Amino acid sequence: MAEIQIKNVAKRFGDYQALQDINLTIADQEFMVLLGASGCGKTTLLRIVAGLETATTGEVWIGGRRIDHLAPKDRGIAMVFQNYAVFPHLTVFENIGFGLRMQKLPNDEVKRRVERTATLMHIEQLLKRYSGELSGGQRQRVAVARALAMEPDVILMDEPLSNLDALLRMEMRAELKGVLAESKTTAIYVTHDQVEAMSMADRISVMHQGEIVQAATPIEVYRNPAAEFVAGFIGNPPMNFLPANSVGNGKWEVAGQKVDGPSSSGGLKFAIRPEDLRPADRGLSATAKVIEPLGAHLLVTCDVDGHLFRVVLDSDLSIKAGDTLTLAPQDDRIRWFDPETTKSVA
Amino acid sequence: MSTDVENAPANDVRKAGRWLYSSAVFLLCAWVIVPLYFLLINTLSSPEAVNAFPKAFIPEFDTGSLQFFASFAGMLDALKNSILVAVLTMVLSIVVGAPAGYALSRFDFRGKELFRMLILLTRAFPLPLLALPLAVMFIRTGLDDTIFGLALVHTTLAIPFAVLITFSLFSGIPLELEEAAWTLGCTRLTAFTKVVFPLILPGITASAIFAFVISWNEVFAAAVLTIENRTLTAFLLTNLETSPLHLKFAGGFILVVPALIFIFAVRKYLFAMWGIANR
Repeated sequence: MAEIQIKNVAKRFGDYQALQDINLTIADQEFMVLLGASGCGKTTLLRIVAGLETATTGEVWIGGRRIDHLAPKDRGIAMVFQNYAVFPHLTVFENIGFGLRMQKLPNDEVKRRVERTATLMHIEQLLKRYSGELSGGQRQRVAVARALAMEPDVILMDEPLSNLDALLRMEMRAELKGVLAESKTTAIYVTHDQVEAMSMADRISVMHQGEIVQAATPIEVYRNPAAEFVAGFIGNPPMNFLPANSVGNGKWEVAGQKVDGPSSSGGLKFAIRPEDLRPADRGLSATAKVIEPLGAHLLVTCDVDGHLFRVVLDSDLSIKAGDTLTLAPQDDRIRWFDPETTKSVA
Repeated sequence: MSTDVENAPANDVRKAGRWLYSSAVFLLCAWVIVPLYFLLINTLSSPEAVNAFPKAFIPEFDTGSLQFFASFAGMLDALKNSILVAVLTMVLSIVVGAPAGYALSRFDFRGKELFRMLILLTRAFPLPLLALPLAVMFIRTGLDDTIFGLALVHTTLAIPFAVLITFSLFSGIPLELEEAAWTLGCTRLTAFTKVVFPLILPGITASAIFAFVISWNEVFAAAVLTIENRTLTAFLLTNLETSPLHLKFAGGFILVVPALIFIFAVRKYLFAMWGIANR
């Protein structure tokens, strides 16, 4: 089956180290999202798997076969591009059938597979049109249909939804997830949109400065970020951080409060998600600065011991700017990070 | 009412501006069209009418001048030579120029900018400066007075344009399209033939026609480098003093018309070459 193994892959553009020593195994039929800010190397990694870029060092295996020396066409992959790359001189039918024609399949087989994937992507009524006569969303569907028609072992997607408007993106997100699950292909999906990543992925690989910081399920990445970067990148608003000083025996002093934590020498950072605090009698003392009602919740930006701190509270509470709140963190949701290594400490 | 009065000076200025604009357009058009029109009238008039004065403003549609042109000794051979040289120039400049344009748009290599400038520099030297050494070299290699030799010189003149036009054409085709073709089972070559080539075909045609026109219109190299196998331009030039007026008109007309038609047909791509939007 089509398990993807990326072994010690590094990529250097001149003096710039785009990827450093990437190791990643993607299980058969898994939906893996590469998530990161622009310039983190996620697209480069995808292009190395596709064969559009060559790794400086390292190996790529698909289904137990080493493929990093092969041309893109011999790798058993199909790719969906950010700008769709629908061929303008061909009809939708010929676009979807392009790869099948290259494989020299008989006409009736091409027709059968084009019509099946077109129906799957709801574009069966557009088969005679040219790309210039399609909307962005329709072109997107053609690009996906063209990749699916190949019945590839692996489908690679490079920010396929980033050029669509917000509503269409949400619709396509769900549709794409369904279609891919049904096609039983292994998928690598590149995005900078964390909502897209959270909602679609079986597993997310969070990338930063050419490295994979964490590869785990969406909930794991959210609840137990492996590093400060992940904690700050995932979640909107992101995690809150406060410096903590050891008072011995696994007890820590955070903004004047005593909190149980790991026993560690040196300093640590205390971290908590904005929705994991409740107003209480004992807790962190916070001065509300800005209150943003979001319907179901209030987003309150406050000051805790001179540090910026955000909380999401129930919108029934009446809070005004300048109020002093006492916020109790939910004990099992507190996370700790080593400020030196920025890694999570249990 | 009062607003009308207040706007009156502004209206005057606008009217004057419009008048200036239309008269400028008219003059520019006349500048180009009137000589062409005279050429047309005189070509389609009988030899007698051409030499008479005053001129008619409506052509007689007499083919006398053209017949005289066709029967003039050596004229049809010269026309044939012109076409052969131009076709050869067209083929050579595309065969050499299009790959260079592709390389410039798709690959990064050392000295790319220098290369681009050098291509343009081939047009920086006046042809008369090069003609003498070229003639000497051609005589030594036996290329003098041949169609192929002249086509080589014309190709040199046409290549900068062929490279620049094809460069801008290839740059207009997103690399993503080629990459998509590669992932769909194409090699570099089949991706080119199945995706890139159909998309640039009209532009390549335009660039070829432009090369044709450059060769067709070129007179200096043709006059210096050929003796027996003259092209039409060179032939007309050498017979300029001895030939009658109606022959000159007919020759001029035969030279101008294909060039005009071709340039008109490919104008969109010539604009593209200079980076002007061509929607």
